[in-house]
Amino acid sequence: MSYIPHTKDDVKAMLKAIGVSRVEDLFKDIPAALRPKSFNIPPGKSESEVTEHLKKLASKNATGLINFVGAGFYDHFIPAAVDAIVSRSEFYTAYTPYQPECSQGWLQAIYEYQTVICELTGLDVSNASLYDGGTALYEAAMMAVRFTGRKKIIVDSGVNLIYRTMLYSYTSNLSIEFLETPVVHGQSSREELLKHVDDKTAAVILQNPNFFGSVDDYSDIVEKVHKNGALAIASVYPVSLGLLKSPGEMGFDIATGEGQSLGIPLSFGGPYLGFMAAKKELVRQMPGRIVGATVDKDGRRGFVLTLQTREQHIRREKATSNICSNEALCALRAAVFVSLLGAEGLKELAERNYQKAEFAKSELLRISGVEVKRSSPTFNEFTVLLPRQANEVVYRMIDKGFACGFPLGRFYKGMDNYLLVAVTEKRTKEDIRKFADCLEAVL
Amino acid sequence: MKLIFEKHKEGRRGFTQAKPDVPETKGLDGKYMRKSAPRLASVSELDVIRHYSGLSRLNYSVDTNFYPLGSCTMKYNPKFTERIASLEGFTDVHPLLPQLSGGGMLAQGSLEVLYEAERLLSEITGMSAFTMQPLAGAHGELTGAMLIAAYHKANGARRKYVIVPDSSHGTNPASAAIAGYEVIVIKTGPDGYMDLEEYKKKLNKDVAAVMLTCPDTLGLFNPRIKEIADMAHGVGALMYYDGANLNAMLGKCRPGDIGFDVIHINLHKTFATPHGGGGPGSGPVGVGEKLIEFLPISRVIRRSDGTFALDYHCHKTIGYIAPFYGNFGVILKAYAYMLCLGREGLVEAAEAAVLGANYCRARLKAYYDLPFDKICMHECVFSASRQAKHGVHAIDIAKYLIDKGFHPPTVYFPMIVKEALMIEPTETESKETLDEFIEVMIEIARLAEENPSLVTQAPIHMPVKRLDETKAAREPNLRFR
Repeated sequence: MSYIPHTKDDVKAMLKAIGVSRVEDLFKDIPAALRPKSFNIPPGKSESEVTEHLKKLASKNATGLINFVGAGFYDHFIPAAVDAIVSRSEFYTAYTPYQPECSQGWLQAIYEYQTVICELTGLDVSNASLYDGGTALYEAAMMAVRFTGRKKIIVDSGVNLIYRTMLYSYTSNLSIEFLETPVVHGQSSREELLKHVDDKTAAVILQNPNFFGSVDDYSDIVEKVHKNGALAIASVYPVSLGLLKSPGEMGFDIATGEGQSLGIPLSFGGPYLGFMAAKKELVRQMPGRIVGATVDKDGRRGFVLTLQTREQHIRREKATSNICSNEALCALRAAVFVSLLGAEGLKELAERNYQKAEFAKSELLRISGVEVKRSSPTFNEFTVLLPRQANEVVYRMIDKGFACGFPLGRFYKGMDNYLLVAVTEKRTKEDIRKFADCLEAVL
Repeated sequence: MKLIFEKHKEGRRGFTQAKPDVPETKGLDGKYMRKSAPRLASVSELDVIRHYSGLSRLNYSVDTNFYPLGSCTMKYNPKFTERIASLEGFTDVHPLLPQLSGGGMLAQGSLEVLYEAERLLSEITGMSAFTMQPLAGAHGELTGAMLIAAYHKANGARRKYVIVPDSSHGTNPASAAIAGYEVIVIKTGPDGYMDLEEYKKKLNKDVAAVMLTCPDTLGLFNPRIKEIADMAHGVGALMYYDGANLNAMLGKCRPGDIGFDVIHINLHKTFATPHGGGGPGSGPVGVGEKLIEFLPISRVIRRSDGTFALDYHCHKTIGYIAPFYGNFGVILKAYAYMLCLGREGLVEAAEAAVLGANYCRARLKAYYDLPFDKICMHECVFSASRQAKHGVHAIDIAKYLIDKGFHPPTVYFPMIVKEALMIEPTETESKETLDEFIEVMIEIARLAEENPSLVTQAPIHMPVKRLDETKAAREPNLRFR
């Protein structure tokens, strides 16, 4: 099956118009020596055969586990209306809205998405989205380097290790100095962090809630960072912003994050949604597409891609970023998700997550030998100290039907007995009780 | 249309959570809480559905309109791949599952998809291995540039330059620059190919790589491409293949056989995954043997017992370029598409794509200037300079086409062609559709001479007329307040 509509007569007529006798004549510029040495691809299959094959593969994934794994990527409920809208092919089979007159739907949807991101983060401007939370954080770091003309970046080790590793990979050929500062008792160490901030510092990067789940108010750090002429960058979890102090309220200059929790399935790691918002004076350093409102010849409101002189298709090697696309369809999911919930609904969602996690803490605390670190408040994720290796416990809990959390020893040395547990609104009281009972049994 | 925020009515809700089933505990300390609620719309579910359905109808899309946007390969996106990608067995898998101890067995289906997709792409392109991680084409370019840097570094050389032709996509020089390279631009010669003399002059042992699109952005296959590759290899530089135009090459020629060392593929172009209004795409990167050890982690491997696992033991790796394994949902659709087309289907796709482009070229060349008049591959590039003399520019032609229900070709790219109109019809469009488009293009050429204002005032039938882009850039209004 190849979805080609041409009949034999069509091909004949088209070849005649071109003035060649065979289709192969159109490929005469490819020298014989460059023809494929092999092209060992299996013969085509029908739609139904491929569907059956992939259904079989899907069934090989264990999706029946009750999930307490988060670590930056969360199992939230997705309202059916979100899927209904992104399934409209007028959205998903369009491309980047280069031609505004026939793309007003997309442009307006992105303008609304940008508004949502600004409102959630408490900042002035947002772009049309980036690939994921990690690449968004890297782009934010590069914005700070360009804006300040400095090359030292301080990263709190409460920032997701995956993102920190991405930052270092991307900048390995650039002369940017990274410095990691420790997390003490679950929270960013002010003392250690601030002593490194100086007039060579481009930015300080913090995460809220941090990787261990701890919630913080970084206002004090941000203030001191600004005194040194550096920028403050926050990586945040958007669902938590229904409840938690926004990056804007803490004074951050740039906020980025993973938007997966806003109506996007976990889908084995992608596609996801990188979001980015910033103070307005940084807008010309922003990467990616940006939509702006304007008027047409008759004065009617309309939307266009704007501030394009930042971008690769105009500036080429001098562009702020090489980014060409965005994750529009995922951004649309987020916009629809947030529209369905509204501010009240988002707050309610955040509260449910918080309450369920608090309940889970209290259930786990009943197990002898289990400690839940209470030194700092958390949102919907927290660390648990087990009397044995978390890795092993996770393995045994799989047999009981639970993905019971993320063993921190995988990312942090000396934390082999720590488990990171996430509890979203989807986990029922019964799930949580059963989880605690099973955990007690396997310990 | 009103904005969703302009439909706000206090007290309205579009979604309700389940009632709380756990005892309420003390809330967070006030100092951690936000002081002001985000100003979001309060609307009903029907409001939301009607709003976004309304917006969707303001878009042209492949499913509703012919979309010959050159360089973007806007082919039909088969529906069955959407259904496969929405199977819960795929959508509900947490990406960290395989990283739990014993967890590899929990995601065998997804790991097999990644492994097999990688194998198919390797065979289609003649490369030794792929990473499926890059999240878009430009992201693949950056990954490729990082691989190139790692390769030279491992060989004790820190090369400074990347060569790109002036006809290249803007992302090529941007990606090279972001990876830390300086860019050397080579002019296009009068034959439409990169100027070989200038190339020879600029090529030296400080050049890390040569980035080429093949067929190039004029839609031409350079018959001397092997020579270009051999010369680059002669000075120790690597060859980078921008796969935006791979659709023309399927089963006809493989970048690996030409001698390309690093390539990226746009799954959303050649392998029919939807463009999603600008994304998500997917830009897997393929490499030759000598670059495999530098690929990003993790890598999917097949164990001797036939099961699949993730390998993190690659000490020369460039590291993490994506949080996990790539845009899995997109890769899955492309994999289903490849299985469905199979060997003959892929070749037929390339053939019909090239046939369609040449048909448009042949039928329109009497009406529009064709700067490089020869057989093209999957796209043809005209110039509207003849029409521009009458005041009808490429942008006007684009707007008139919109009024007639066609998405315009890519305009003003490649930059080396004045008033460029880059037409890529793709293999899935029928002769009737091409004929209708061609007739309108001919009508425009006639109007340009007889009544240009009819073209320059377009569009008049769309929800908005031409928009003031200068105002948008000078007085940025980037959000609703």
